[in-house]
Amino acid sequence: MIFWKLFYTFCKIGLFNFGGGYAMIALIQNEVVEKQGWMTMAEFTDIVATSQITPGPIGINVATYAGYTAVVNAGYDPFWGVAGAFLASFSVILLPFILILLISKYLLDHKDNPILKSVLSVLKLAVTGLIAAAAALLVNSETFGSYAESPLQLFLSIGLFVSAFIASLRWKVSPILQIVIAGAVGFLVYYL
Amino acid sequence: MIPLMEKELVDRHGWITSEEFMEIITLSQTMPGIFAANMAAHIGWKLRGVPGAVASVLGNILMPIIIIIALAAGLRQLQGNALVEAIFKGVRPVVVALIAAPVFRMAKTANISRYNFWIPVVAALLVWLLGVSPIWVILVAAVGGFVYGKYLEKKEVQS
Repeated sequence: MIFWKLFYTFCKIGLFNFGGGYAMIALIQNEVVEKQGWMTMAEFTDIVATSQITPGPIGINVATYAGYTAVVNAGYDPFWGVAGAFLASFSVILLPFILILLISKYLLDHKDNPILKSVLSVLKLAVTGLIAAAAALLVNSETFGSYAESPLQLFLSIGLFVSAFIASLRWKVSPILQIVIAGAVGFLVYYL
Repeated sequence: MIPLMEKELVDRHGWITSEEFMEIITLSQTMPGIFAANMAAHIGWKLRGVPGAVASVLGNILMPIIIIIALAAGLRQLQGNALVEAIFKGVRPVVVALIAAPVFRMAKTANISRYNFWIPVVAALLVWLLGVSPIWVILVAAVGGFVYGKYLEKKEVQS
């Protein structure tokens, strides 16, 4: 039953999400693409793109969109897709929400505890690796195209990737602007 | 988002003090989950208990959820459309770069050094090449951090 699985999967993602929106993208990608096979890598990439340019926390946006896509891909009506979207986004915040009510007072008293600090600093290092892995897993023919099919697309994709990478790190160009420009390039090259 | 929240909650409504606000930021970053939703839950809870927490989280996420659903349904209708496909073909490699770029920024804030750089490297390789679930990596990292913290503590007591 996909709704139960959706609930369970997104509860798990919420509970283990340390380190922000990109960490959550890594978790969601692993669960919904690799483990459950609810969507392709390309579909997932499109979801991340759409979530980037939409207001709201990116973790919520990706969860909502992934919930919708998973249910509709499983053959349900769009109505059930909407239910899946709500279910995924509520599930992803449910356990952290309960934790906040239960232990935030305790945490506040112990926020300078050296052991807690050690746990968080190792988590941060590990999560950095997880995000790197998520990016590496996204480098494939679904997102970049293939030489056999279209050398033009492959080379243009590599060019776009490198420019976006430099634009982000060097000049801190906003993700929204980058996606809009890349979309315009795609339109000009592949459509016209 | 933080400056926006601070302006509304601290300056405009005076619901919490600047100090409380900073405290809530620290807590929300420590907790698992989505930072913005955690912030909303903390602040709502502080002001009005559990109903306040529920209300502020809903207020925080409802509009994004509705916007995303509208977009998801609309793009679904356009699936296979040559124009949409062309746009996304251009966008996909950029999305990969947008996920890769924060890795370097995060490595800096995580105080990466020659003694600990193996942690992100091993984590990335396990997930990327061996298909290990990120959740296992997080669990092991948390336990490892705990054990290391205990070890440091013990060393301190002895010396």
